[in-house]
Amino acid sequence: MSLDNTEVKRIAHLARLAIDEEDIPNYAHNLTNILDMVEQMGTVNTDNVTPMAHPLDTLQRLRDDEPSESNKRDHFQKISPAVENGLFLVPKVIE
Amino acid sequence: MHHKTIAELSKGLQAKEFSSEELTQAYLARIKQLDPQLNSYITVVEEQALAQAREADALIASGKAVPMTGIPLAQKDIFCTNGVRTSCGSKMLDNFIAPYDATVIERFNQAGSVMLGKTNMDEFAMGSSNETSFYGPVKNPWDTKTVPGGSSGGSAACVAGRLAAGATGTDTGGSIRQPAALCGITGIKPTYGRVSRYGMIAFASSLDQAGTMTQTAEDSAMMLNVMAGFDERDSTCLDMAVPDYTVNLNDDIKGLKIGLPKEYFAEGLDAEVSKTVEAAIEEYKKLGAEVVDISLPNSSLSVPAYYVVAPAECSSNLSRFDGVRFGYRCEDPQDLEDLYKRSRGEGFGSEVKRRIMVGTYALSAGYYDAYYLKAQKIRRLISDDFKQAFEKVDVIMAPTTPTVAFNIGEKVDDPITMYLSDINTIAVNLAGLPGMSVPAGFSQNLPVGLQIIGNYFEESRLLNVAHKYQQVTDWHNKMPESFK
Repeated sequence: MSLDNTEVKRIAHLARLAIDEEDIPNYAHNLTNILDMVEQMGTVNTDNVTPMAHPLDTLQRLRDDEPSESNKRDHFQKISPAVENGLFLVPKVIE
Repeated sequence: MHHKTIAELSKGLQAKEFSSEELTQAYLARIKQLDPQLNSYITVVEEQALAQAREADALIASGKAVPMTGIPLAQKDIFCTNGVRTSCGSKMLDNFIAPYDATVIERFNQAGSVMLGKTNMDEFAMGSSNETSFYGPVKNPWDTKTVPGGSSGGSAACVAGRLAAGATGTDTGGSIRQPAALCGITGIKPTYGRVSRYGMIAFASSLDQAGTMTQTAEDSAMMLNVMAGFDERDSTCLDMAVPDYTVNLNDDIKGLKIGLPKEYFAEGLDAEVSKTVEAAIEEYKKLGAEVVDISLPNSSLSVPAYYVVAPAECSSNLSRFDGVRFGYRCEDPQDLEDLYKRSRGEGFGSEVKRRIMVGTYALSAGYYDAYYLKAQKIRRLISDDFKQAFEKVDVIMAPTTPTVAFNIGEKVDDPITMYLSDINTIAVNLAGLPGMSVPAGFSQNLPVGLQIIGNYFEESRLLNVAHKYQQVTDWHNKMPESFK
């Protein structure tokens, strides 16, 4: 498996990561090496193996749908980059 | 006082031979004097620590103390600490003052333990050498040219340098055991789900587990007594009773069946490390243990499977860092996409970006079956290997790492070589089993770790097996010359 620069740019876009143009060949090189290493998984047949999502095969614990936390918006927004009237500010998305 | 173990300090505090305030002051002075050589702390909270120490002294005076009351600890900077910066070793969270406590922190606070500060770590726990930290590499106190291991390298170095009585760590692929081995201390990663992950910044949620880093197994048992147990705020935390981990420490291990997996003693293992581990196993034979040769045939697939599962989960977990609600935000974003992309591009270091991209690729349309599903199936095979082994043996022993500490800068440009330094620890995380590393001697004047792997929920047995070894050896008491 070999990733070219175009593919790296596509993945970086999907991950919403700005990558410097000059760093792209290096990422392409390292990602290719990692995926090559990962290919070793193909050496074993896993046709009838059940995938393991949880080490103890337990199911997600459920709880009643009742509020358990109080409203701490003001407390949490103290560390936000930009807020106004309890809202998080981002660049305009609707013209 | 810094030579003493947590168990000894606890006795001294209860007997009022010294106060927690005096003890805390002694550690703070050592940190000031010696940490510039190690860079093991990102943040030291002097005033808060002294205030906690005074509260602990009041608890002790009123007879309400528990064994961990007044003990000065270092907390890995991955645990949220209310009002104290929680950076996770990243520029992304350099300005993040956590607005709440992780469950682990809350429990140490309830026990009256003292937090000296937050320890350095690989960025978002992604690394095996502590070189990916935004705050610079940590140095190994045994030789400051070498790495302490990672990702809990700051915790390992500060305990080895006696700049804290004990520390917390987290282990996703070896991040407690590998640095414990390279720094000559004791560390345990409990069974997946034993310790709450609430407020512990997530890397790979199906693998992450918090544990302890201490001088001795007894100290680890004391810390784990505080940390372990059900927490309804972590949906994967095990809802089952937790034993007192100190009770069985001295149990006789005569007849203990130790499995030696041939795959862990194969090529790539340094000859002197191998010899050191074999000598440790000889000690166990003297204690009455029996050795059984076993095989974990799918071991070689653990690194490939891990580097799908962990990056996939990390790419999802780290999507929360978007420059909107907390953490780093880029200057002058042009639009929302620019805000996301540059905040993340500038806030994350290159190893974190690499892993996010591997994970994004593995989870992207058309690749899920070939990568993530395949890796989850291999996880099952690896777990089944252990299951079969534990039908024949009580514990498994192997070297924690194939070599001693490597030099700073040696592997940093080659991710694959770096990943392979966790080759002996990763399978345990994939299976969710408890694992330990115990100091077992030296090679080229650098510490060697003996890994002990147990069956699910058998932390007590691991600690017992480690403690018995530490009763007849003194490797865990050795200290690096310039930190004595």
